[in-house]
Amino acid sequence: MTLAANSPVPPVRPGAVLRFLHRNEAWRGYLLILPALGLMLVAILFPLGSTLMMSTWSLSGYEIARTPSLDNYAAMLGHPMYGVLIGRSLEVALVATAVTVALCYPMAYYVAFHVHRHKALWLMLMTLPFWTSYLLRVFAWKVVLGYEGVLNTALVGLGVVETPVAALLYSQTAVTVVLAHSWAAFAVLPIYVSLEKIDRTYLEAAADLGDGPWRRFWRITFPLSLPGVVAAFFLMFVPTVGDYITPAMVGGPDGMMVGNLIQAMFGPMNNWPAGAALSVVLMVTIALAGLAFLIVGRLVRRV
Amino acid sequence: MITIRNVSKAFGRVQAVQDVSLEIARGEFFSLLGASGSGKTTLLRMIAGFEGVSAGQIFIDGQEMQDTPPHRRPINMVFQSYAIFPHLNVRDNIAYGLRRLGMPRAEQDRQVEEMLELIALPGYGARKASQLSGGQMQRVALARALILKPKVLLLDEPLGALDKQLREQMQLELRGLQRRLGITFVLVTHDQEEAFTLSDRVAVMAQGAVVQVDSPAGLYDRPRNRQVAAFVGNMNFFEARMAGDGRTGMAEIAGLGMQAVNSGSARRSEGERVVAAIRPEGLGIVIAPDGQAPAVAGRIVARQYLGGRQILHVAIEGRDAPVAVAAPARPGEDDWAGAEGQAVWLTWRPQAISILDAE
Repeated sequence: MTLAANSPVPPVRPGAVLRFLHRNEAWRGYLLILPALGLMLVAILFPLGSTLMMSTWSLSGYEIARTPSLDNYAAMLGHPMYGVLIGRSLEVALVATAVTVALCYPMAYYVAFHVHRHKALWLMLMTLPFWTSYLLRVFAWKVVLGYEGVLNTALVGLGVVETPVAALLYSQTAVTVVLAHSWAAFAVLPIYVSLEKIDRTYLEAAADLGDGPWRRFWRITFPLSLPGVVAAFFLMFVPTVGDYITPAMVGGPDGMMVGNLIQAMFGPMNNWPAGAALSVVLMVTIALAGLAFLIVGRLVRRV
Repeated sequence: MITIRNVSKAFGRVQAVQDVSLEIARGEFFSLLGASGSGKTTLLRMIAGFEGVSAGQIFIDGQEMQDTPPHRRPINMVFQSYAIFPHLNVRDNIAYGLRRLGMPRAEQDRQVEEMLELIALPGYGARKASQLSGGQMQRVALARALILKPKVLLLDEPLGALDKQLREQMQLELRGLQRRLGITFVLVTHDQEEAFTLSDRVAVMAQGAVVQVDSPAGLYDRPRNRQVAAFVGNMNFFEARMAGDGRTGMAEIAGLGMQAVNSGSARRSEGERVVAAIRPEGLGIVIAPDGQAPAVAGRIVARQYLGGRQILHVAIEGRDAPVAVAAPARPGEDDWAGAEGQAVWLTWRPQAISILDAE
């Protein structure tokens, strides 16, 4: 502005819009996020709306009847399979997430507090599983856990078991293990960031006030890193509940999750309305589970 | 209370503290004064136990502290950043050290309330750290340390982040508190006024070493060398050469001529190169000399008006930099106003000129 006033050539007067924007920081912000926000709103609201709408339709023969009804939801209530699948999905995702968070926390703690040089290298190593495609990672686990796989060959070779263990692959445990490994990077990074952010003076102050290392951790480090733990939990839990690739490849009949059924309904079974209804139910379930975590998290922090 | 014996600290190849020995008495308010990088904070952190010593020993209350981790030392500290725990409210911050001790909850609460009274923040117990101002955080940090009744309280630039008025108020409060509680306080500061206001004794540090330990008045009147003299208030330095030794010998001083000086306790040899130092307050200005006090002619080249007093810069023969002279500036007696360029005489009492080591 002052530049324009001082320049010898009469400046071109900025338009009313530019002047308005110059004065309003909030509107400048809105303008900047508008393209992305617009795209996101369209890309979220449109599929969400069409899924909701489709879930009220029904299948008659090979045609889709567009008379709105809640029959799909009623059918799900009437059949125990849906409840079992959703319950199992929640359980697998919960266990995988809890195990991953528990294993990643010490790792993130170590890098945040005890690594002083080449931190970037360590972080890169921790996120290494993410450098290959998801499918390849799951395949690699098939090779490890399979009947004639790495693990079984090793166990037989060492004489721990006489014949290979068939139960390693195609089980709920296999799904849990593969999910935990595949999503580790999502858990370790938020925890690392929250630990790294903690002002070391707080720990010195706690030591000064008489707390040994163990007490310092539980009274200062852990509570202050909770936001990162909660973020890690969500980042991993939400996508794993609906995952269908891992259960499809290493799950077998016992390891099937709700994502597989949704995929089947949209695919081989060709019953899109039922698939849409199940998706909606799953979404609501995840939202409720998330709410429950949040409330529990609040209570933990209060204590 | 605290004995520091030949303590050194090296960080890699950097020597942060070099062979420091100090004796801090029980109930004393002791300050470590120095510019940044002088090693004062490192020394404090070694007393607290956050840094190990590279060489030497630290005793607190007669106990060697080498193998005692910070949480077992009978000291508490007020940190420069206050380090008020952000996830706890004021009450839990203050009670932090008590919670561990297995004291009944009611007794803890009573002591916290007592502390809140002491730091003049009653009713603030439920506030979060983020709702406190800098001065309030400082008080909470103080209460959190004092509630454990430490033998020694360490303060690391506790008032540095406060604005001037609040700082002066807190200085008086700190001093009063220390007097009342009788706890040994060790303060780190780079602010000479703060050190002087608060302390019984001050250790001036430079380049990792203690240069001089004395009372504030002792430091001001009898600085050991040029470094201390320059750090503690303003000082005019003159090149000089001793004409004789003894307590009130004579010295040939550049710009002032042969003068009687206060050569201090150090023995000087005849002809030794020294520095003559005189405070701006040690000099006076007159229009004509009275023939008794020593005097030298000069000319006022600049005037700094500071309210209650003024600093006049007087150029004299045989010296490049003008000499700073403090003079009262009383309302209505505008003697030297606009007097730049006026010819005057500088006078002083012989004891006002100190003789320091040349370097």
